[in-house]
Amino acid sequence: MQYEKEFLIGLYRTMVRIRNFELKAEELFLQGKLPGFIHLYIGEEAIATGAMANLRKDDYITSTHRGHGHMIAKGADVKKMMAELYGKETGYCKGKGGSMHIADVSIGVLGANGEVAGGLPIAVGAGMAIKMQKKDSVVISFFGDGASNRGAFHEALNWASVFKLPIIFLNENNQFASTERVTETTSVKNIGDRAKGYNIVGATVDGNDVIAVYEVVKEAVERARNGDGPTLIEAKTYRIKGHFVGDPELYRERSEVDEKWQFEPISRFESTLLKMGMLTDSEKDSIWKDAEVEVKDAVNFAEESTYPAPESALQDLFESDEGYDY
Amino acid sequence: MREITFSEALGEAMLEEMQRDPTIFTYGEDIAKQGGIFGAYKPILGKYKDRIIDTPISEEVIFGSALGAALAGMRPVAEFHFSDFLFTGMTAVANQIMKFKYMTGGQGKIHLILRGPDGISKSAAAQHSESIETLFMHIPGIKIIVPSTPYDMKGLFKTALKADDPVICFEHKMLYAKKGPVPEEEYYIPFGKADIKRAGKDVTVVATSRMVHESLKASEELAKEGIDVEVIDLRTLVPWDKETIIESVKKTHRLVVAHETWRRGGWGAEIAATVQEEAFEYLDAPIMRVGAKNVHIPFSPPLQDFVVPDYKSVINEIRKVVNV
Repeated sequence: MQYEKEFLIGLYRTMVRIRNFELKAEELFLQGKLPGFIHLYIGEEAIATGAMANLRKDDYITSTHRGHGHMIAKGADVKKMMAELYGKETGYCKGKGGSMHIADVSIGVLGANGEVAGGLPIAVGAGMAIKMQKKDSVVISFFGDGASNRGAFHEALNWASVFKLPIIFLNENNQFASTERVTETTSVKNIGDRAKGYNIVGATVDGNDVIAVYEVVKEAVERARNGDGPTLIEAKTYRIKGHFVGDPELYRERSEVDEKWQFEPISRFESTLLKMGMLTDSEKDSIWKDAEVEVKDAVNFAEESTYPAPESALQDLFESDEGYDY
Repeated sequence: MREITFSEALGEAMLEEMQRDPTIFTYGEDIAKQGGIFGAYKPILGKYKDRIIDTPISEEVIFGSALGAALAGMRPVAEFHFSDFLFTGMTAVANQIMKFKYMTGGQGKIHLILRGPDGISKSAAAQHSESIETLFMHIPGIKIIVPSTPYDMKGLFKTALKADDPVICFEHKMLYAKKGPVPEEEYYIPFGKADIKRAGKDVTVVATSRMVHESLKASEELAKEGIDVEVIDLRTLVPWDKETIIESVKKTHRLVVAHETWRRGGWGAEIAATVQEEAFEYLDAPIMRVGAKNVHIPFSPPLQDFVVPDYKSVINEIRKVVNV
């Protein structure tokens, strides 16, 4: 592996930060401290991390309802994320959005999305804007295997191909759309093969290998920045946790999950780095410790923050409210 | 004053604002070469070629991409071809555009416009003929303009092109070719300010779009009988001008609301309910509503004429309240 230690450690650190955030979110939800739903990204950290290592601040992403990892990898403020999960006024959405609607437009995060495939048309619009502004920014649109069966996916890929937009359509194939298995709901073995239908470059990659994801996205980002149009990438992974915290998971055996856990991306990358001498045990411990502290601080921040005033529910619908009847 | 068509007024608004603001661009089906399915964009054909774009028939992306483009700093104007096809991409409108700002706690400026033909045309039948503006009034998150004259079309659209909120513009198919006075000098019409298209003292009729003209025609007929009708054109449904209506009701003591959309649950019901809540003591008669019968728009001309309201429908309802 030809990469600098600093870069590799950076990838590892990001994955560990995501993992810690997700483990804490799960714990808090099970303690009844978080309202709503929480969709965890545990086991899929390599995709957001590897992909986002290619992006600049002026690049955009659209995310999914399983979006905490994307947010963290793009540089979001973990405190504001946690506060939003609590529904506090210091959260990213001032308590109006929750986990599924976190956005940070200032760093190019055009929203997590509660609707499957909802982000793809938005990504197309950002791609159009970039092209019209003659910039070299790119968009990564994350979506799951279920989304690839929706009309928005097909319309977005066709459109992006026709107009040669700088978009990377990044499919996170975690094998399940809610409770439905991809093999039972999807007509192709590899979602990456669907690129052929839209005359764009397609690839299928091991989504639990952070370097593999980084490299395939790197090529796609270069193509996009050079004006050579969109790419469809399928990153195959496995959803270790249920669809949401509390999912009874009637659709699979525990043994299947245990087996897949052997291939989870963080310990896999960790043993590679240890073997290469790029990571020492003490560095590893301090990275985990830092991540735990970061999340603990975020929880403290969220818990000390106040709930929004009820009447603030009537703010933020419009930029200008003149004449609007609340 | 010179007279131009509704379409020409729309085109002028676009050209003036595109010249002022390089982030404005427009796209949809049959736009760049045809100027829209009814030629509403004919005045902009051949102008600003990079900013007037033909797209695939792909409604969810036409609407959803407007949100993405706005967030990335552009001012998109997306055409919906026929308002009926808003349903095809409705999730991008109702689940994304109308919710984004609110559910992210006020992030981003969602300056985008969805616009296109709405309303009945001759025997276009159910999937090319509906007036569905009420749906967008019911769901929070988008401002609605429903112009009735070339003057209003231009002034409201120019305001929309400067607004920092999402706006939807419903242009009635039967009005595109209608001419009216439009000044040469620049002007903007603010949202939420109704226009009294005819002053009168006996009964107030609140209407929008094509029904403004039907209501004016009704008022001319009734004037012959000595019934003096005040016709208020709301011009925008979100926000809507409550004050002008209540002031008028204080004077006439009678109210009829007239729209082309279905009578059941139409926006007229909202106006009627609000006026009875806030100005009940001024009313001398029940508020009456004019709207399409609660079926889809049928094909055969006598069927369409039976379902869709016109000036005679307005006269019928006015007669019910003036004789009380």
